[in-house]
Amino acid sequence: MDTQDPKIRFDNVTKVFGEGVDAFTALRNLNLDIADGEIVTVVGPSGCGKSTAMNIVAGLQDVTSGQCLVNGTEVHGPGPDRGVIFQQYALFPWLTVRKNVEFGLKLQGLGKDERRKRAEHYIALVGLSDFADTLPKNLSGGMKQRCAIARAYAVNPSVLLMDEPFGALDALTRVRLQDQLLDTWSRDKRTIMFITHDVDEAVYLAHRVIVLAARPGRLQEIIEVDLPFPRNEDIRLSSEFTKIRNRVWHAVYTRSDKETA
Amino acid sequence: MSVISDAEPPDQKRRGVPPRALVLGIISFAAGIGLWWLATVSGLSVLPNPLAVAIRFGELLANGQLLSDAGASLARVLTGFVIGTAVAIPVGFLMGWYKTARSLIDPWIQFFRVVPPLAIIPLAIVTLGIDEKPKIFVIFLAAFLSSVVATYQGVISVDKTYINAARVLGASDRTIFAKVVIPASTPFILVGFRIGLGSAWATVVAAELIAAQSGLGFRMQQAQLYYDLPTIFVSLITIGILGLIMDRVVVWSDTRLTGWQERM
Ligand SMILES: Nc1ncnc2c1ncn2[C@@H]1O[C@H](COP(=O)(O)OP(=O)(O)O)[C@@H](O)[C@H]1O
Ligand SMILES: [Mg+2]
Repeated sequence: MDTQDPKIRFDNVTKVFGEGVDAFTALRNLNLDIADGEIVTVVGPSGCGKSTAMNIVAGLQDVTSGQCLVNGTEVHGPGPDRGVIFQQYALFPWLTVRKNVEFGLKLQGLGKDERRKRAEHYIALVGLSDFADTLPKNLSGGMKQRCAIARAYAVNPSVLLMDEPFGALDALTRVRLQDQLLDTWSRDKRTIMFITHDVDEAVYLAHRVIVLAARPGRLQEIIEVDLPFPRNEDIRLSSEFTKIRNRVWHAVYTRSDKETA
Repeated sequence: MSVISDAEPPDQKRRGVPPRALVLGIISFAAGIGLWWLATVSGLSVLPNPLAVAIRFGELLANGQLLSDAGASLARVLTGFVIGTAVAIPVGFLMGWYKTARSLIDPWIQFFRVVPPLAIIPLAIVTLGIDEKPKIFVIFLAAFLSSVVATYQGVISVDKTYINAARVLGASDRTIFAKVVIPASTPFILVGFRIGLGSAWATVVAAELIAAQSGLGFRMQQAQLYYDLPTIFVSLITIGILGLIMDRVVVWSDTRLTGWQERM
């Protein structure tokens, strides 16, 4: 594959739920390219189709018209090349941390020893080694999400799709997980599509912030985040950061206010 | 477990009966027997006193009749229950997984659910004879109906995010069924077992009152003819104790099998 080709391409994607009078256009004519190794965050008012767009890339939902391409091929159903992290963690509550992380590895047909080794590596990466044999019910929200991240990483996807993954966590845990995510990205440079409703988070993590508008869900604006990596607290407090943040804020909230008013 | 460093403390609620509740339970039970005793010795009641019941209990235990009666009732319940749940689980999964199966089977289940199993007895005796078959059949029906509904409810209420999480990790429909749907619906199935066992037990005793040559229900029916109140008491108490033990076994396996659940 040519390195110039996008990793993910939305080619005039439209998604309509229901039929006839109940038909609802969740996404209309979305065109968007995401480069290999790029971190793109998606923001927009609730119901603007963020999750729908991500589910289409994940292969959990079909497009109504247009095309979604990953690595140049049209998406048909989910696959281990695209890891997904859900807001509700979606850990299997009947499996321990270790068994959750091994779940995808087992499906790939890996042997027991190899599975264990890989799982242990990723569990250590998210700092859960002491909790490998703990059930999800005994983990805090932040730990659950770290386990879900380890489970997604373990199958070694080249794309990470994250749907408001830190939305339910307290501010401190959230910032810590953002830094961990960027730290891991700086080593593996996976393509990340990250949905959030937190404008600060969107700017802090991204190369580009995609702003969607609602009813119907559509592309509103793409904002380049011209801040250097690695990102850290100094960047978060810089005036450049504030400037970009204000632009994103304006794009999301001012416009949607006008619409609903 | 080691110290947890994250801001949110994990849930560490302990389960089990607090000693206080146990003590109160024992006191209440003892008081009940005391009242029974007072009522009988004071002549307020024609009921046999606790001592007479205890003596009869000893006699029936010694001559083996209690054990053979209890054994006969238990054998019927367990046979009917095992067959009932063994059929209910696959049928329930089928109904939960395939909409067509649901639409085909559900009307029948809804119909038979409102017919008390005992009402089937006359029909069962006429068509299946007077031996064990009609009794086992009605118990089968009682166990089947409650388990099939619970299993099917369990399957349709499996959280969609678990299924999506498995799919994006590369799971096929078959794997999702085996590794997600079955474990996720186990708590529901066990609730069905509990209800099913309870109604199977209630049904067997009633069925034996109507038509049987053995069992605890039959024994009570005989005792009634001879105005043998102590035997009726012994049978009733045995029915209660056995029912309680079976219920505890299901609850115990529930905590073993579904201890992963977050409980409020
Ligand atoms: N399965 C579905 N059936 C019908 N409507 C849906 C379905 N999924 C989402 N929608 C609708 O599509 C719109 C976009 O949903 P979603 O992508 O979840 O929004 P967001 O994640 O941006 O909040 C919402 O109005 C939602 O009600
Ligand atoms: Mg959403």
